[in-house]
Amino acid sequence: MPAGSRIEEPSARVVLEARNVVKTYGHVTALDGVDFELRAGEILAVVGDNGAGKSTLIKTLTGAVRPTSGEILLDGVPVHFKGPLDARHAGIETVYQDLAVAPALDIAANLFLGRELRAPGLLGSLFRRLDKKGMREEARRAMGELKFRLPAIDNPVESLSGGQRQGVAVARAALFARRLVIMDEPTAALGVRETGQVLQLIRSIRDRGLPVVLISHNMPNVFDLADRIHIMRLGRRAAVVTPKTHSMNDVVAIMTGAATA
Amino acid sequence: MNTATVYPAEAPRSLKARILGSPSAGPLLVLFGFCVIFALTNPRFLATHNLSIILQQTVVIGALAIGQTLVILTAGIDLAVGAICVLGTIVAGKLANLGYDPVLSMGIAVLICTAAGFAAGGLVSGLRLPPFIVTLGILGILTAALRLISEGGAFPVRDPFLAWTGNTMKLGGFVLTYGVLIMFILYASVWYLLNQTKWGRHVYAIGNNVEAARLVGIPVRRHLLSVYVLAGLIYGIAAWLALGRIPNADPNAMQSANLDSITAVVIGGTSLFGGRGGLVGTLIGALIVGVLRNGLTLAGIDPLWQDLITGILVIIAVALDQLSRRRR
Amino acid sequence: MPLHYIRASARSAVLRGSIAAGVLVLGLALGAGSAAASEVIVGLVTKTEVNPFFVKMRQAAEARAKEKGVKLIARAGKFDGDNEGQVAAIEDLISAGAKGILVTPNNSSGMLDIIKKARDAGVLVIALDTATDPADAVDATFATDNFEAGVQQGAYARKAMGDTKAAVAMLDGTPGGTVDTFRHDGYLKGFGIAEGDPSIAGAAITNGAQDKGQIGMENLLSKNGEINAVYTINEPAAAGAYAALKAFGKEGEVMLTSIDGGCAGVRDVKDGRIAATVMQFPYKMATMGIDAVVEYAATGKKPSGFVNTGSVLITDKPVDGLDSKDTAWGLQNCWGD
Repeated sequence: MPAGSRIEEPSARVVLEARNVVKTYGHVTALDGVDFELRAGEILAVVGDNGAGKSTLIKTLTGAVRPTSGEILLDGVPVHFKGPLDARHAGIETVYQDLAVAPALDIAANLFLGRELRAPGLLGSLFRRLDKKGMREEARRAMGELKFRLPAIDNPVESLSGGQRQGVAVARAALFARRLVIMDEPTAALGVRETGQVLQLIRSIRDRGLPVVLISHNMPNVFDLADRIHIMRLGRRAAVVTPKTHSMNDVVAIMTGAATA
Repeated sequence: MNTATVYPAEAPRSLKARILGSPSAGPLLVLFGFCVIFALTNPRFLATHNLSIILQQTVVIGALAIGQTLVILTAGIDLAVGAICVLGTIVAGKLANLGYDPVLSMGIAVLICTAAGFAAGGLVSGLRLPPFIVTLGILGILTAALRLISEGGAFPVRDPFLAWTGNTMKLGGFVLTYGVLIMFILYASVWYLLNQTKWGRHVYAIGNNVEAARLVGIPVRRHLLSVYVLAGLIYGIAAWLALGRIPNADPNAMQSANLDSITAVVIGGTSLFGGRGGLVGTLIGALIVGVLRNGLTLAGIDPLWQDLITGILVIIAVALDQLSRRRR
Repeated sequence: MPLHYIRASARSAVLRGSIAAGVLVLGLALGAGSAAASEVIVGLVTKTEVNPFFVKMRQAAEARAKEKGVKLIARAGKFDGDNEGQVAAIEDLISAGAKGILVTPNNSSGMLDIIKKARDAGVLVIALDTATDPADAVDATFATDNFEAGVQQGAYARKAMGDTKAAVAMLDGTPGGTVDTFRHDGYLKGFGIAEGDPSIAGAAITNGAQDKGQIGMENLLSKNGEINAVYTINEPAAAGAYAALKAFGKEGEVMLTSIDGGCAGVRDVKDGRIAATVMQFPYKMATMGIDAVVEYAATGKKPSGFVNTGSVLITDKPVDGLDSKDTAWGLQNCWGD
């Protein structure tokens, strides 16, 4: 896990970049030459009206969709993801709107789901034994670092509140992401108080040095959290603004085409 | 920005909470309760040879219920358990009676059972057909095939190797068959797989939330296939155990094995919706059925009471599962 | 308070309630049938609980056991072919200390080991209704001579048909069953033909059930419309066959015969649906079995060999040279009502 300090200068290193990406489905153009830039240490919100190309953009970045043309660069190196697993191997983790947790398994098991640790020595290599203790300790450490409040780590996830469950999914991404975390409407299924818990967690992730891409419909959340806001319109990037220079109304105006940046 | 509060990690779950929360706590209490009642009504119940008999009677259904548990944990169901097992007994018996090496005969039979599991798993994971329908179809196909292979009739299997699991050994004054021992070894090994390895954890994850399992990168289809293949292998071994119990291959046998094994799994506290429960409960569930049947006979009670009580237990078990699911 | 603890305590409350309910049910059951330690225990293991033949056998055994002051523990398989269920039943009965066990073995070769174990433990074992193979695996067999009963059925069919050229349909029970084979072979002998004879138009598996008898008959009639004689394993199969024959408009032209002597079957004979049936006597098997165990308990004397409990041809259209009784007699002696 990278443990760099937070970098706030606009000139910060670009972690993930898309150049002139086009995606067409037959005659329908979903992405019409979009550019995208995520910098080290920032929370970049991606907003846009329905059909503006938000989710297609995100899918090309996570490998779920292959662009028709254009370039995607990770740390300045062109990448060609053939599927979500490729993106994950490259250090990009994604958090989805639906709670991607196994409710009957405990918190530690969910954090390490699909990436379980094996016990050291022969027990692990020959008998394939899980390192349950190691995973629990590591999970405790990670949750402590993220300052996320959870009951004991060996409780089943179904005993948690919705916000805590999503917290587990977010923490899982943070635990394994080496380059960046993408969050696709992570709070859409949550209540106000629970949303607050998850937003706090997203901040902790950024503060630990991982850049975050946040897709959200919720303008107050976006303005509360984002360092920069990438606005999509008609399959292109309409503008990139900051909460300091623009108001919510400005952003909505750009989204709908009523104004330009 | 909010000031982040550091919360201390809560204490781990207490031992009492763990035991009460464990899905096999209830079944264990029920088993214990029945044992006490039967021991009080007829002292013969606790005689070591009677306890040994109960274990021997549990061997085949107990072994089949291991495979059934695996399949049910993935939110599936296996209606072909009995048919696959009978297939094993007939293939092994037929080959051995034709003069082939008995070890080879049994090996081929186990392989064929494994292949039947592969076929079921392939249809479930590859074509995404419902397990209920797939295994019902396999049940039908095998029932017909068995009649054809065996030319309709049952036949004795007298080979000593095939019947070996019925031989007895002494374990500290307790007479057990090798079959009982093998059943316990099967339980221990599969328990290890389910609880101590990545494979087992992914079985639970798939049964719990298949979408989440896919999203975290578990190869769901391949994993499902492996579950059915392992179940088939276990049914094959159960065929060997069955030949030890009754050295006879009968295409009409084990017609109630589907429901009996499902009963053991359900009474043992495993959820039919998948992802919850485990093998300890299943073993207890199988023992409850065996203890009931034996104990009621020793008490001189109409055996229909066994079906009645088993039925009540199944409904209680499913109701408890539903209740606890609704609370989530 | 974490949700988890609430759930655990609720669960344990429900659990306690359900265990209490279970114990109560069991307590009632135990109260209904507790046994005195010195009583002579007789075990009865029938094939299934669903067949009225075995129900009659069991009722007769219960009545006789009461008369003789012995305790009867009855068990049954879950389905035809439930060897494991019958083996487990005998094991349990040995454990219960039974003095004698009366068994109608499902699959005779599957039961040999446990029967030997029972006899080695000093338990008298008598096969009822179905012989074991070899027959001397048990102390004695009290049964209908199923081959002879088959011969009676076949001989009646042949004689009643006179010189008509025969096309025979065989509605078998469960292939491989001992009774099935004896009746089938007996019928062919009585009919005067051998297995594979060209006059055998075809065979179907009915499992002794009416619905499957009907389906089997329909299929055989579709295959060969010339069928004019039908062997049936038992009366339910015959009832199914009759329904099929009627649907084909052939009910009057076909020599439909059966075996069993169930009251429904005898009524079918009376009403002309079945030409003749061969009655067997389950209550005789049961009472003779109980008597034998009582005698063994008192004197140590064991019965041996095959004891034919008899079979009687029931028809209202007797033929020369074959003994038979009419349906009035049949209705007085039938079982299953």
